[in-house]
Amino acid sequence: MTWTRPVGLFALLACAFVIGACGTDDSEDGGGGDQAATESESNTQSNTGEQSEFFVQADFERQLAQRDAEPEGPADKPWEQAIEPEMVDTSEYKADSNGNWNVCFSNAAVDNPWRQVGFKTMQEEVKLHSEIGNFRAVDAEASDDKQISDIESLAGRNCDALIVSPNTTATLTPAVEAACEEGVPVIVFDRGVNTDCPVTFIHPIGGYAFGADAAEFLVDNVDSGGKVLALRILPGVDVLETRWSAAKEIFDDSDLNVVGVEFTEGDAANTKSIVSDFIQREGELNGIWMDAGATAVAASEAFEDAGVEVPPITGEDQQDFLQKWDEEGWTAMAPTYPTYQWRTPIIAAVKILKGEEVPKEWVLPQPKIEQDTLADYLQPDMPPLHYALCGCEDMPGFPGPWQ
Amino acid sequence: MSAATSGFETGAGGSRARRLAGSLLSTGTIFLVLFVLLAWIAVLNPNFLEPGPFLAYLKRAAPLVILAIGSYFVIVSGGFDLSVGSIVTVVVVVAARLIDDEPSRTWPVVALLLGIGAGVGLVNGLVSTVLRVPSFITTLGMLLILEGAVFLWTDGAPRGALSEEFRSIGRQGIEGIPLIDELPWSVLVLLALGAAAVVLMRADYGRRLMATGDNDRAARLSGVQVDRVRVIAFVLSGTCAAIAGILLGGFAGVSAQVGSGLEFEAITAVVLGGVVLGGGRGSVVAAMAGALTLEALFTWLNLQGISGALEDTVQGVIIIAAVAFASYRLRGTR
Repeated sequence: MTWTRPVGLFALLACAFVIGACGTDDSEDGGGGDQAATESESNTQSNTGEQSEFFVQADFERQLAQRDAEPEGPADKPWEQAIEPEMVDTSEYKADSNGNWNVCFSNAAVDNPWRQVGFKTMQEEVKLHSEIGNFRAVDAEASDDKQISDIESLAGRNCDALIVSPNTTATLTPAVEAACEEGVPVIVFDRGVNTDCPVTFIHPIGGYAFGADAAEFLVDNVDSGGKVLALRILPGVDVLETRWSAAKEIFDDSDLNVVGVEFTEGDAANTKSIVSDFIQREGELNGIWMDAGATAVAASEAFEDAGVEVPPITGEDQQDFLQKWDEEGWTAMAPTYPTYQWRTPIIAAVKILKGEEVPKEWVLPQPKIEQDTLADYLQPDMPPLHYALCGCEDMPGFPGPWQ
Repeated sequence: MSAATSGFETGAGGSRARRLAGSLLSTGTIFLVLFVLLAWIAVLNPNFLEPGPFLAYLKRAAPLVILAIGSYFVIVSGGFDLSVGSIVTVVVVVAARLIDDEPSRTWPVVALLLGIGAGVGLVNGLVSTVLRVPSFITTLGMLLILEGAVFLWTDGAPRGALSEEFRSIGRQGIEGIPLIDELPWSVLVLLALGAAAVVLMRADYGRRLMATGDNDRAARLSGVQVDRVRVIAFVLSGTCAAIAGILLGGFAGVSAQVGSGLEFEAITAVVLGGVVLGGGRGSVVAAMAGALTLEALFTWLNLQGISGALEDTVQGVIIIAAVAFASYRLRGTR
């Protein structure tokens, strides 16, 4: 009777092996076939998926062209520069020259480091203009509903100028239109609205230029046929969709092999796991494209932990990325969506209330950080998620509020 | 359990057999699911079961498994702990700010973080027992308080930096081991905590905890200090969350979003392991297997090319399906 137990165990193991083996064989046929199919597809076609429904060919081409345009205005103050401006008369809004103006600001949110750095920069900009007697900022906490009621209440509170950074484009349009009808000069920045009633709309070149800058860098620095992984935060957000759709256009025209387009939800652990999975699955990765830089360092760590060299990688102008790039000597670049654009709405408000001309669409230059300019943007004393392009270094309060 | 369920079991010989089958079904199913998933992943990615990649999977799963252990204690005692994700965030953000890249501060800060986790758990436990606020509300409130506090303290952008020593706990391991090359510290922490949890559940405290969750009145009448048992469960949960936070911060670095959604992943894992919401039933090993399964499921989804956005949906389906399955299975036993 003593042998029954081992025999039973053996039988169980044998069963498990048979089942395991069958399973493997079956699926390997199927799986192998699929893989071959996708691989042969990728040679003729791209792995980048369908083009985004947010993609507008004309905007894409315009933004790419604007990158090479010479901006007008002082070169050392990019936040005052404008690309191909069409000036509009604002004399109807000229206010009491004694000053003590009420400038109101409806802010979409301050829920991420980009907006934090931007908002601090804006508050410091206000201090530079003695004409502004009162600056009232209201935070909509990333809610359309709250921002609609914020704008309504601000428009009724004798603001001399109203600055709006819309939470979303379509939903906020009627609220902005209603504010325009009150007769107060409205200044919109960052994300736009679907109406031309604001006096000026301020924004850097845009998402297409951002995504294309990063994609072109990889096309130039990764050997042909190299495996590129694209990391995105979320689908369906217009400002992020444009970044990816531009990169897709560039990648589709190149001979790079985009092995994956993945969503990280902006989470460092997620990002690192995804990159590790791909290093494992593909054997190697030759380039990383990112639609935002907050998790670029986490992505790079996946390579360090796998014991391989970090391939060409794109990030953004956060200090942690720039410093790691510098220390480790990566092949890297950082497109930017400069936070200095938060200075411009205040400057615009002052100009409008003085009755001076402003551009109808105030397109700010959007620099990219490359190896030869990297040193200019390193600020070791600033927090890891400080954005180098805040344009705030020369402000009187620097670096206090940003640290 | 000694008092509450032994009377139950001796009720009839037939029901004992059915209970045995039931408990096998409840804890056995999850291992089967885990096995199938791992096999499937191995088919999709043949090198998955090699020591290196498999340890990488365990290392990645470790924080969630540890959270699931903590949540198990609370859930089996009849409560919920929704604050664990925010504890993870607090731990990472506080660690970065206090260590500020200064290696010598690593271990004192680690001790402080464990204290913070246990302290938050203690408050959760005291509020939900002494003040009789349902634990769902207590810990939901704690989640909001901690999230708000982190936001206020950091302005949404965490400052400081973690030292290499701190990072290495979640990132590195013992190197130079034959065959497996590197044994991650997080896997060791996971094994130690898992073993400790099993021992604890077999000890007197485990039986009292189970009895409390099964029927707190009967437990109280038979001499269990129900409130104390529950408070300890929350302290264990908070401490586990702090450990998970230390590992996650080590794995991926500083982020103010690191803990968001983890409380629901932990609950999903525990429920997936067949632990019954409302308490009194389920094993801690199955809860750990539930967490491993959930992590394997995410890996599987990734290999299938299904984006991370679907993870939430999958979790939702799992929570509902697992609870429905459990109540279907239990419909005759009560």
